[in-house]
Amino acid sequence: MSSSWINTRAWLLMLPLLIVMVAVIGWPLIDTVRLSFTDAKLVGTSGNFVGFDNYLKMLSNSGFQRAFLTTTWFAVISVTAEMVVGVAAALLLNQQFYGRTVLRALMILPWALPTVVNATLWRLIYNPEYGALNAALTQIGLLDAYRSWLGEPGTALAALILADTWKNFPLVALIALAALQAVPRDITSAAMVDGAGAWSRFRFVILPYLAGPLMVALVLRTIEAFKVFDIIWVMTRGGPANSTRTLSILVYQEAFSFQRAGSGASLALMVTLMVTVLAAIYATVIRKTAGAN
Amino acid sequence: MLKSIKTALLGATLFSAALSGVAHAETKLNALFMAQAAYSEADVRAMTDAFTKANPDISVNIEFVPYEGLHDKTVLAQGSGGGYDVVLFDVIWPAEYATNNVLVDISDRITPAMKEGVLPGAWTTVEYEGKRYGLPWILDTKYLFYNKEILEKAGIANPPKTWAELADQAKIIKEKGVLDTPIAWSWSQAEAAICDYTTLVSAFGGDFLKDGKPAFQTGGGLDALNYMVTSYSSGLTNPNSKEFLEEDVRRVFQNGEAAFALNWTYMYNMANDPKESKVAGKVGVVPAPGVEGKSEVSAVNGSMGLGITTTSKHQDEAWKYIEFMTSQATQNAYAKLSLPIWTSSYDDPAVSAGQEDMIAAAKVALAAMYPRPTTPKYQELSTALQLAVQEAILGQSKPEDALNTAAENSGL
Repeated sequence: MSSSWINTRAWLLMLPLLIVMVAVIGWPLIDTVRLSFTDAKLVGTSGNFVGFDNYLKMLSNSGFQRAFLTTTWFAVISVTAEMVVGVAAALLLNQQFYGRTVLRALMILPWALPTVVNATLWRLIYNPEYGALNAALTQIGLLDAYRSWLGEPGTALAALILADTWKNFPLVALIALAALQAVPRDITSAAMVDGAGAWSRFRFVILPYLAGPLMVALVLRTIEAFKVFDIIWVMTRGGPANSTRTLSILVYQEAFSFQRAGSGASLALMVTLMVTVLAAIYATVIRKTAGAN
Repeated sequence: MLKSIKTALLGATLFSAALSGVAHAETKLNALFMAQAAYSEADVRAMTDAFTKANPDISVNIEFVPYEGLHDKTVLAQGSGGGYDVVLFDVIWPAEYATNNVLVDISDRITPAMKEGVLPGAWTTVEYEGKRYGLPWILDTKYLFYNKEILEKAGIANPPKTWAELADQAKIIKEKGVLDTPIAWSWSQAEAAICDYTTLVSAFGGDFLKDGKPAFQTGGGLDALNYMVTSYSSGLTNPNSKEFLEEDVRRVFQNGEAAFALNWTYMYNMANDPKESKVAGKVGVVPAPGVEGKSEVSAVNGSMGLGITTTSKHQDEAWKYIEFMTSQATQNAYAKLSLPIWTSSYDDPAVSAGQEDMIAAAKVALAAMYPRPTTPKYQELSTALQLAVQEAILGQSKPEDALNTAAENSGL
């Protein structure tokens, strides 16, 4: 068979998928780019061309800058926490002990919960009148009186990060646990015989095996964290006093609540651009680490 | 991203429309309601069942969303080519919905009987620039609820007539050690906070807008926010009010943890239900107080109406459904959580039975209802004001600065 026929056949086989992809991703994306240069409303007018107005207004808007910082802070802290807790959980669950299988299965539970359920659950835990967190902390004496965790700008974002970490660390743990299975026992044993401590064994023997898979987890989690919407929308709707208003919430308000589809589209594209840059950086790093191995 | 959502919604709608076309030969209506305050979900389902029983050729598919999602869901469905025939809408949306062609002008469908029978104030709920975009359905305002037992314990004979008196009474209750934080409000960063704020603006004789420009940053508008801040910082207000919605206020009040609470009609019969309330039988209700020399009582227009969307293909059937839901017979039968729009219902003993205090308060308060500003940009204005209220009570900025910023960001 000629190679050109193989080539043509490959394209023919992919054609249906390509058509679907262009229809559901390509076209909407191009249309969003077009929208972002107009002052279109969600309902009614299709809008006039306004050039880079939407972008300039957005960049000079203090609300956008603040939302950008809030989003970055949320992403950095929650992803870091998820990576650390996830790896620690994986190391524990990799030990031989009675009931390990049950624990491994239980660990998936938070991750399997729909985000909205998780958010509602944590809102109950944080409830200022009858929440479990308040009850627990006052009973062990760490807190004098019940607090409004989601009502204070100082604690609301931290409370959201904790809830998000609880939900998402199992993904990291799962990936790490799978990678740990590839660490040859004889190498860890040899390191032990050579007198390497627990930390040295982790740092120099185990971590190199984990690096690649963890990088994938890091990419996935960072992109997700940067786009965060649902957990915040359910728990605080961006309050108190906008202290938890992330970029996605800003996009939602702009496009749907205020019905300014044009500037909403420019905001959405900005978020897409940031996530794409992050993904590109990670892709480069992954390629480099893979090459090093 | 916008378009993909629109496309997906459109696809889902078409798909379900195609399915229903095969299954039934009858007309199928889709209606959107809210699951929060006023009529309960069970009430709305029971009313709808009664309608479909009387009209077997029409079936109604009803959907409930929290109040916070009602506006966006309606607009989103409309933006994607429709989906709902009948939608519930808040008094603050007709301006925007009319401007953006979301709702049908139904002025011509209104019968003389409706014109005569419905309370004149109720019509403002559905009007914009002289046209009517639906029928009023939920006639509601925020009342002052009080716990009779707590007032008695503190030696207070009568509920407050002014907001200053309310603060004094709360102080007595606090000082006598009956309750630490006697007042509960819904000041979460949401529309609920604006309803409380508007009640106070009406008490202090303030204006939201003058000649289309923001005017809330001075006079009564500023006095209202100052009152909220003082009430919060003096410790008379439950500090968790800053994350409360109406349902949280109800829970606190029902647990006997508030002496005073501002809330909608529905709380009266729920808080008086011994099955779920610890304060059943001790619930007092009066119109929200006034301010000496400025007002006798205060009230926010928190009414809602039912309208037909411009994308509906069954507008006659939709109207039939709305007529049934807003009819005096239906409203009188379900008057425990939301009061009727019909004038004569308020003198009907069957309606007032068991809730005489509520009806007495309603007669005064409904006549004093103060509107939130009528503008197509209401959502922006409200979002800016919500932020101002929160920043002021959290002490992040002074009330006048917060309101000035809100005026700048209101889009007006």
